[in-house]
Amino acid sequence: MIDAVGNPQSLLLLGGTSEIALATAARYAARRPLRVVLAGRPSPRLDKAAARLDRLGATVTPLPFDAADTDTHPATIEKAFADGDIDLTLVAFGLLGDQEKAWTDHAAAVELAQVNYVGAVSVGVLLADALKRQGHGTLVALSSAAAERPRRSNFCYGSTKAGLDSFYTGLTEALRPSGIKVCVIRPGFVHTKMTAGMKPAPLSVTPEQVAEVIMDAVAQNREQAWAPSPLRYIMSALRHVPRPIFRRLPI
Amino acid sequence: MVRALTGWGRTAPSTARVLTNPTHESIQRAVRAAGERGVIARGLGRSYGDPAQNAGGLVIDMTGLARIHSLDASTGLATVDAGVSLDALMRAALPLGLWVPVLPGTRQVTVGGAIAADIHGKNHHSAGTFGNHVRSLDLVVADGSIITLTPSDELFWATVGGMGLTGIIISATIALTPVESAYFVVDTDRTTNLDELMALLTDGSDDDYDYSAAWFDAMSTGAKLGRAVLTRGSIARADQLPPKLRRNPLAFDAPQLFTAPKALPNGLANKATFMALSEAWYRKAPKSRRGEIQNLTSFYHPLDMIGEWNRAYGPRGFLQYQFVVPFGAEDTFRRIVEQIARSGHVSFLNVLKRFGEASPAPLSFPHPGWTITVDLPIRRGLAEFCDRLDLQVLDAGGRLYLAKESRTSPAALHRMYPRIDEWRKLRATADPAGVFASDLSRRLEL
Repeated sequence: MIDAVGNPQSLLLLGGTSEIALATAARYAARRPLRVVLAGRPSPRLDKAAARLDRLGATVTPLPFDAADTDTHPATIEKAFADGDIDLTLVAFGLLGDQEKAWTDHAAAVELAQVNYVGAVSVGVLLADALKRQGHGTLVALSSAAAERPRRSNFCYGSTKAGLDSFYTGLTEALRPSGIKVCVIRPGFVHTKMTAGMKPAPLSVTPEQVAEVIMDAVAQNREQAWAPSPLRYIMSALRHVPRPIFRRLPI
Repeated sequence: MVRALTGWGRTAPSTARVLTNPTHESIQRAVRAAGERGVIARGLGRSYGDPAQNAGGLVIDMTGLARIHSLDASTGLATVDAGVSLDALMRAALPLGLWVPVLPGTRQVTVGGAIAADIHGKNHHSAGTFGNHVRSLDLVVADGSIITLTPSDELFWATVGGMGLTGIIISATIALTPVESAYFVVDTDRTTNLDELMALLTDGSDDDYDYSAAWFDAMSTGAKLGRAVLTRGSIARADQLPPKLRRNPLAFDAPQLFTAPKALPNGLANKATFMALSEAWYRKAPKSRRGEIQNLTSFYHPLDMIGEWNRAYGPRGFLQYQFVVPFGAEDTFRRIVEQIARSGHVSFLNVLKRFGEASPAPLSFPHPGWTITVDLPIRRGLAEFCDRLDLQVLDAGGRLYLAKESRTSPAALHRMYPRIDEWRKLRATADPAGVFASDLSRRLEL
């Protein structure tokens, strides 16, 4: 059960090697005994992540999960709930990809959409059902500031996140009568292996800072949160910038 | 019917099927048919956290089982359904010159809940907990049968304070106290700081009063730290009343002035509003007054005048932190009050009391020592702050109150209740399959 100040007893991380997800799990593990279901593609990196959480005192169960293979999702989500309640689920998987390839290479574009959007919708539907059955739970989906307005530089990625964002924002309302809470997190530029080598945008954050935002949002029952929080106002302003100016902005 | 439920603090909602207007038979059937997520009784929902919730399982709304079966003026015994509220019991009993022996800060709790939480009142030092006044109770146990328990049964004491986890209490016989009036003779003392207050409470004068509790200021620091208004009194004899009240000494007047509106924003409870409220509350009290006649509402239940007052904290909700530390841990006690005042977390409704002897029930909260209660709106940093308080309470040999609890760790709670294993053994014998379960029992691994 999650408590009054937002401490969960169990986590499901979909995207078990996500640095944001792992930073969040590490922080929760420091507060209370924590059971973590670590779902991701079996790999040395997943093993390393499991070992790290284990060292922090968490009880870790690895779970093979392929975001692109939606046919396997029903069985995978069922397995995730097999050992008991899941108080908090993080939908944290996603590809960034090469943005030029992403709109010129057919296979790359489809893969991006398949993982980031179709995969997220697929698990969202299954999680909604599992959480309704257990009668409680919080669902956190990692969107992106890129979901707010498409930019020439990363619109393919942005479009997948915009889709995810809309879906989970709608799910927030659909699950409200069931007492299930959904929160959409919109980070800006995050320093991770996914963005390694890229030029950081202004207001960039670390995975730890995003984890902080997630925990805060969960504790305060927020349905949407930006990381860092001032990004909300910047993106809101950018949204209304006329296109001829917007396309000239160095973003 | 599936409903989302929370406690009085309006935090951590969960959904469950709710059985309303239960009968003995429908409760027995429900217990026998309980699925793997189990069943728990719910009364008026005044516990602050999650003991009357059962995510994904069944919750039995006991307020529909609310008949007063008998009230005997000569023996003082009342036999009532578990869903009867203390308010209803009080209204029925007073005309017969009988008084509900233990009343918490609100009358809007059920008899079943009062037993399950083993509640206490301002008269704990003179009357003990609610469980001390229960002569027998009927319990639907895990196999669906109804058993009658008395204080000579171990399971009786596991049920008192057992947070509903031993079975569904369906009725109880309570020994009421004979009284001549529904009024209190009250002495008020205003103290300028915490030390002065604690000195007053330990100079022996407290034993002259049946009822005693203090409101204290948890916002001011420095020299004003813990300044307080101590009100102590006993139920008036008819001859102590002024002639006007003497005509109808058992009259009971409990006005509800208004109900808080449904949608109030977060943040109404802030430093500015609570500083001002605390100042006003302190100033309006007389420095010292003796022998004032007060009715139950003004002496005991000022909050019952405002319906649904918990809404004032906004949709984010709040928690109530109540702990007791034993006598001798005054330094810890003082330090915690200071930390609360300095924390930046705001609390207006603060109660300080000296507890008397403990009850025989393994999970009963009150123990000889000092208890305080503060209401804290959910804000950033509250989780860590309360964790730090827990450590100090633990170190001093103190404990938290399960009826208020909504956030501690299982390990801390288990250490706070050294007799928990004894209770678990009794529970495991009575309910080996774990039919009775709640969000609280899952969260704290009870």
